[in-house]
Amino acid sequence: MGQTIIDTANHIAGYAARAARVKVVAAYPITPQTTIVEKIAEFVENREMDAEYIRVESEHSAMVACIGAAATGVRTFTATSAHGLALMHEALHWAAGSRLPIVMAVVNRAMGAPWSIWPDLSDSLSQRDTGWIQFYCADNQEVFDTIIQAYKLCEDERVFLPAMVCLEGFILSHTYTPAKIPDQEKIDAYLPAYKSGWTLDVDRPCSHANLVSPEWYMEFRYMIQEAMDNAKRLIPQIDKEYGKRFGSEYGGLVEKYKCEDADLIMVTMGTMGSDAKLAVDKLRKEGQKVGSARVRVYRPFPVEEIMKLAENTHILATIDRHISFGMEGFLASETKASLFNQKDRPLIAGFIAGLGGRDVTSETIEKVAKKSLKCMKEGKVEKETEWVDLRE
Amino acid sequence: MTAVPKKRKELPVTPLSFPTVGSMGKTGSWRTFRPEIDYSKCTRCTLCWVYCPDAAITREEDDSPKIDYDYCKGCGICANECPTKAITMKREEE
Amino acid sequence: MFNFQLEGEAVIKEVRIHGRGGQGSVTAAEVLAHAAFFEGKCVQAFPYFGAERRGAPVKAFARISDEPMFVHSQVYTPDYVIVLDPYIYKVVDVAEGLKKDGIIVINTKKKPEEIGLKGWRVATIDATGIALELNLLVAGLPVVNTSILGAFAKATGEVKLESVLKAVRETWSGGAGEKNSRATELAYERLTKWWDSEA
Repeated sequence: MGQTIIDTANHIAGYAARAARVKVVAAYPITPQTTIVEKIAEFVENREMDAEYIRVESEHSAMVACIGAAATGVRTFTATSAHGLALMHEALHWAAGSRLPIVMAVVNRAMGAPWSIWPDLSDSLSQRDTGWIQFYCADNQEVFDTIIQAYKLCEDERVFLPAMVCLEGFILSHTYTPAKIPDQEKIDAYLPAYKSGWTLDVDRPCSHANLVSPEWYMEFRYMIQEAMDNAKRLIPQIDKEYGKRFGSEYGGLVEKYKCEDADLIMVTMGTMGSDAKLAVDKLRKEGQKVGSARVRVYRPFPVEEIMKLAENTHILATIDRHISFGMEGFLASETKASLFNQKDRPLIAGFIAGLGGRDVTSETIEKVAKKSLKCMKEGKVEKETEWVDLRE
Repeated sequence: MTAVPKKRKELPVTPLSFPTVGSMGKTGSWRTFRPEIDYSKCTRCTLCWVYCPDAAITREEDDSPKIDYDYCKGCGICANECPTKAITMKREEE
Repeated sequence: MFNFQLEGEAVIKEVRIHGRGGQGSVTAAEVLAHAAFFEGKCVQAFPYFGAERRGAPVKAFARISDEPMFVHSQVYTPDYVIVLDPYIYKVVDVAEGLKKDGIIVINTKKKPEEIGLKGWRVATIDATGIALELNLLVAGLPVVNTSILGAFAKATGEVKLESVLKAVRETWSGGAGEKNSRATELAYERLTKWWDSEA
C-alpha cells in the first residue's frame, strides 16, 4: 500500500522522478530548487535510481541537454527557478516546438531586480507562451502526483508537449510534510515505457526542427495548439484515473471548493488556493456564500471551466501572485478573456498579492473577499486591479 | 524520404529531415571553375580531402584524391590548400 | 490533497523554534513533526525562509493538527516556543505573538524565575549541560535540539516521549541515535521546574 514519508516538496519531487523511472537528468542548481537535484544525485550515486545525471554549467545547457536526451527517446527530467528558467527561455520554445515530453519542476521564485529568493509566480508565468503545459501545486502530495500524471499526459501521442510542474519556493519546496509514495509496481503499471513521436537514432540519422518556410510553419504551430486542446481534454481523465488507482485527485484543471451556490468565487493558483479554503469556511460561518476555484492547470487555460463557474455567480475575484507590468495579472486577464463573449457574465475584480514572498494568509484572502462582496453589492468594480497590503 | 506533404495531417509532429543523396540536385552544375589535379605533382598529403567543404573529394586506398564532379561546386579551397600546387582551377566549358 | 471539506475548525498547534544557525533548529522542527506524525497527527515543519548563516538568529516552525491542514502561510501566533540558545532571548523577542497560555521551553542553566520573561509560562532545561555530560558534540559544539524535544514533551504534553524517541532513532542511526535519544530522556526526566504565569 505504498509508503508514507515526511519530507520537503523538493525531496518529494526527487522521489517522483525516481518513481517515474526517469533516465536522464541534466540540471544546474539554483535556490530554492537545488535540493530536488541533490536528492536525485543522491539516488543515482547510491544506485537507487537508474539514470544518467549530467552536470551542466548553466540552465540553458540543462534544457538543451534534456532536449538532446528526450530526442533519443528516453524519459527526461530537470528542475529550475526564476532566473534559471529565464536563462533557458529560448530552449523552452525549442523543446515545445520539437514536441518532446520533458517534465520540469519549477520552484517558483520572484524575478530580480531587486534580487529575491522568495516565492511568487512571475517566473513560470512569464513563460506561458512557450508551448509548455503548466501545473501549479498546492501541497507536497500534489507535487509527487502531478509529476507522475505529467509524464502520463505528455507522453500521450495526442499531446507530445513538455510540462512544468510548479511549486512555490519555500512554502512548499522547503516545507516538510507527510506524503504517500505508491508502490513502484503500481506506478509501473500506470506509467508504461515512453514511446517517442520521433527519435535521434545513429542507425537512422535525421535532423529535426529544420527550417520551415512560411508555406508550412503555421500548420506546425497549429498542431501545438491542437495538442494543448487535447491536453485540456485528457487532464481531467488522467487525474480521475490516478485518483482511482492511488487515492488522490485534484479536480482536473480547476480544484473547486464550495462554488455551487457561491455569490463570490475567488480564483487563485498555487498554495493560495489552499489557504483560500479556510477563508471560504470562515466567511460561510458569517453567512456569506463564497467559494474558491484553484486553477491547477494554467496552460492550457481552463476556459470552459471558468465559463461554467461564471454561470451561477455574481463576482469573480482573481488573486494573482504576479504582475504583467503595463497591464494586470495574467489570471485576471485570461479570466476576463474567457468570459468576454458570454451574454451574462459576472463582475471580475483583480487583486495582486504575495509578490516576492509577501505572506498571504487566509485573513488576507478574507479581506479580498470582503472587498469583492462590497463591489458585488454596489454592482461595479471601481479598480480593475488592486494591490493587497501595499505599504504607503 | 523526400515526400512533400500536401495536407496538414501528413505532417510529422516536428519537421524531420532524413539524409538523401543529392536532395538539392547535382550541385556540380553550379560550377564556374573546375579543379583539376595533376597527379604527378600530388604527394597524397590528403589536405584537399580534409578541406573540401562539400565532401566532394574522396580519399582512395592509396590516399589519392578523387573529385566527384557531380557535386563539386568549384569553390577553389582545395586548390588554395594544396601545398604543391597540384590542383589548378580551370574555367568550366559550357 | 484530497477532496476534503472542513466541517469543524481544525485544531492546529503551532510551534516556533528559536536558535542560531547551525544549532539544528530546522532539524528540531522536523523531528518534532515526525514524532507527532507517529501519533497520527497531520504535520508541517519549515524554516524561516531567509538566508541563514552559522551563528545568526534563525527560526523554524512546526504545525501539528488532528486533520489535514490547508494553511500554508507563516506562523504568527504560536502555542509553544522553543529556545535553543541561552542568549537568544536577550536579542530576539521570543514571546512575540505567543498565545496567552503559551509555553516557552528554554535551554538554560537558569531557573525560570531568573529568565525575566514575565507573564509567560516558562520551563527551563540545561540542554547544553546534558550534551556535555553525554559527550554529544558535533564539530565541537554541543547538540541541544534532541534534548530540548524531550523537555518539550514533558512541559507541553503535546507529544509523548516514546514518539520523540522513535523520531530521534529514525533520524540518527546507530551510536548517534542512542546518544541523542539518551539526551532526550534525560531532558524529559530533569525538566522539573516551570513557572505559571500570573496573567
